[in-house]
Amino acid sequence: MFAKLFEQLKLVWKVLLRPSVHYSLGFLTIGGFIAGIIFWGGFNTALELGNSEQFCISCHEMENNVYKELQTTIHFTNRSGVRATCSDCHVPHNWTDKIARKMQASKEVWGKIFGTINTREKFEGKRRELAEHEWKRLKANDSLECRNCHNFEYMDFTRQSKRASDMHSTSLASGDKTCIDCHKGIAHHLPDMTGVEGF
Amino acid sequence: MKAYKLVAMIALLGLSVGAMAESVPDEKIATLRLAPLNIEPTPPAMQKVVNNDVKQVRSYPMQPPVIPHKIDGYQIDLKVNKCIQCHSRTSASSAPMVSVTHYMDRDNNFLTNLSPRRYFCTQCHAPQLDAKLLVENDFIDIEQLIKAKAAVKH
Repeated sequence: MFAKLFEQLKLVWKVLLRPSVHYSLGFLTIGGFIAGIIFWGGFNTALELGNSEQFCISCHEMENNVYKELQTTIHFTNRSGVRATCSDCHVPHNWTDKIARKMQASKEVWGKIFGTINTREKFEGKRRELAEHEWKRLKANDSLECRNCHNFEYMDFTRQSKRASDMHSTSLASGDKTCIDCHKGIAHHLPDMTGVEGF
Repeated sequence: MKAYKLVAMIALLGLSVGAMAESVPDEKIATLRLAPLNIEPTPPAMQKVVNNDVKQVRSYPMQPPVIPHKIDGYQIDLKVNKCIQCHSRTSASSAPMVSVTHYMDRDNNFLTNLSPRRYFCTQCHAPQLDAKLLVENDFIDIEQLIKAKAAVKH
C-alpha cells in the first residue's frame, strides 16, 4: 500500500518538475500572483476574525466572566471613546508573536471542548492560574500590549496625579518595574492575591 | 387591670388623632428624586472626585480620614483588598499605613493582619467631591468652641 502511494507521489513530483505544456508562463505567474493575494488576504482575514471581540465572546466562558468584568472598567467605556477590546491586550500586534500566540490558543480550544472552565465555579477555581499566565506573559514582554497604546515616551507627568507621576518617573522610568507590576486587575477582577508580590 | 386597659385605649386614641393631625399632603413631601415617580428628572452633572493626594484635616479626632484620591474600580472583596496594596504595613508606597486599630479584634487583641471587621475600607472612608454643598453645614470644630469659650471668660 505504501509502495503504491509512493509511486503516486513520484508521479506528482514528475509533473511538477516538467515545464507547463498547456498554460502560458504569463498565466502561471500572474495567476499565481493573484491567487497568492487572495489566499494571503483570506488567511489574514480569518486571522483578524479570530481577533474580533465577537469571536472571543462567542464562548460563554468569556462572555459571562471576563467580558462582563471588562465592561465596568475604563478600557471599555471612557470619556474619549477609545476602547481596548480582548485582542488589544491579549494578542501581540506584530506578526511572529501573533502567530505564536495563536498557536498557543489551541490549548484554549482544548479547554473549550473538555469544559475546563464551563461553569462559574470552575472559572473561579482557575482564576488565579489563568491570571498568573497573563501576568507572566506581560512581565516577560515588558507589558508590550499596554505599551501598544500607552507609550512611556509620550507621557506628560504634569497631567498625571502626584502619585502616578511619582511612580512613573521613578520605578517605570528606570525600567525597574513594568506596567503589570502595579496595574494588575485593571480590566478584570483579581483572583485571591495571597502571596502575590506587592499585595 | 381594668384601669390599665382604659389608659392604654386612651393612649391609642390620642396617638391616632395625633397622626391624623400631622399628616402632610403628598406634594409637600420632599423626595430625594425631586420629581414625581413617573417623571425622569435630568440628573445633576457628576462632580469631579478630589485627586490631589493632600491629606485633609479631620473634623473631629475620631473621624475616619477621608480619601484624597480616586478609587474607581478598586476591588475590595474576599479575594483582595486593593487599598491595602499601598496602605499596608509593608508596602513600599508612601501611602500612610492603616491605623493599628484596624489590626485589633473587638477584644483589643492585635492580629497579624487586617481585622475582618475593619476590612471594608469604604464602610468608613470616602473619597471627596469638589462640589458645592447641597445643604448648609453648621458644624463647628471643637477647637473653635474651646477657643470661643476661653475668649468669653477673659
